[in-house]
Amino acid sequence: MDTLILGLPVAYYIAMIAKVLVAFVFVLLTVAYATYAERKIIGHMQVRLGPMRTGWHGLLQPIADGLKLFFKEEIIPAQSSKFAFLVAPLVALIPAFISFAVIPFGETITIGGYQIPLQIAAVYDPAGDRVLDVNVGVLYILGMASLGVYGIVLAGWSSNSKYSLLGGLRSSAQMVSYELAAGLAIVSVFMLSESLSLQKIVADQAGFAWYAFKQPVAFIVFFICSLAEINRTPFDLPEAETELVSGFCTEYSSMKYAMFFMAEYANMVTVCAVTTTLFLGGWHGPAFLPGWIWFIIKVYFLIFVCMWIRATYPRYRYDQLMRLGWKFFLPLTLLNVVATGIVVTLLK
Amino acid sequence: MIMPLLKGLGITLSHLFKKPVTLQYPDEMPEVAPRFRGLHALNISHDKAKCVACYLCPTVCPAKCIKVEAGEDENHNKYAAEYEIDMLRCIFCGYCVEACPVDAVRMTQTFELANYKRADFVFTKDRLLEKK
Repeated sequence: MDTLILGLPVAYYIAMIAKVLVAFVFVLLTVAYATYAERKIIGHMQVRLGPMRTGWHGLLQPIADGLKLFFKEEIIPAQSSKFAFLVAPLVALIPAFISFAVIPFGETITIGGYQIPLQIAAVYDPAGDRVLDVNVGVLYILGMASLGVYGIVLAGWSSNSKYSLLGGLRSSAQMVSYELAAGLAIVSVFMLSESLSLQKIVADQAGFAWYAFKQPVAFIVFFICSLAEINRTPFDLPEAETELVSGFCTEYSSMKYAMFFMAEYANMVTVCAVTTTLFLGGWHGPAFLPGWIWFIIKVYFLIFVCMWIRATYPRYRYDQLMRLGWKFFLPLTLLNVVATGIVVTLLK
Repeated sequence: MIMPLLKGLGITLSHLFKKPVTLQYPDEMPEVAPRFRGLHALNISHDKAKCVACYLCPTVCPAKCIKVEAGEDENHNKYAAEYEIDMLRCIFCGYCVEACPVDAVRMTQTFELANYKRADFVFTKDRLLEKK
């Protein structure tokens, strides 16, 4: 076991693959059951039952839906731009999943003498007794979040359909304008943490010193802007089924549609995980439960809040959405950054 | 601006804990109103249909879905030798029940009238006679 590959022990690679598999399968299951949970929660909030027929209380519904979509006919519009049309769902789905590589989802655990940090892109450094992770984790997440836009824009453009094109245009405008406010909300977090490494940001929040308490404005603005960036209600304008059929994915069918659907929910899980990491203390919590359970509880609570919001608010109009982003959230976050800067300087 | 948004969230959250109003239809049957106008039935008295073939129901029927043929029984009384209602034409207005002078036809609470063949929607006298 002491052989080194590229300067790292074999156990490192085994642990890495295990972490990737566990995290990926877990996120995939969460994505599948988020669709079920959404239908159930919104159903009950509307005093309905939601799915009840497939399995006990409809528990097999995500599997049935997946199988159904898998066996559906694959339709590619004759006038579409084939390559872009085929690539778009992948471009939407992959960034949604790979953001998880840098999110710490638990404390460092010890298996057979090896210290394994529960974060995919991280390694334990025995020399310095510390965890080395991607030192620009936050930038990486922001980068992946903006990559996700391209999937939707490509889908809208390559479908050669007016509804898809309008959906794609809307989403690009929306995502770009809300990315600014979300980014500025994060800026006020790492003005406090003085690091872009997510390990450091989580470590700073130990013992309920959550950034959500220190930066409540940034927390709320970041969460709302994230909802806008991943096109969830009340900001689901690109899909606005009442006016745009179903927006960018109008022309998609079968597994390619399923990939957009998964991307949407994977984005929601990712955004909730990022919000947990940045503002809700990551995996920190009272010691009677292990860290990863606290992390899951917090993420699931935020996912519930997303669904709760969807069940409550109607969709924003396009000009209202732009006004909210540019005239309200952007100045608010700028002010917040300035205020944080002043307070941090005065306290030093 | 914030308070109404929070109030809305509160309302949806309170609905989450309410009992759903959904009826699991084929498993749970709805309780229809007592005077619900469903499938017709011919009332029976002394083991025979009460109908005297007076033709008031086909006359009053706005959808013209009732067909009656009169016959004469062993006591030289008029009776309905044939009595058919075409459920594809029937609008369930209940005028036949109102018009009937001998209380021979009524409407039941049966509302599941789907069938596979058009011919099966024509309810003959045997099918309309009230079940014992």
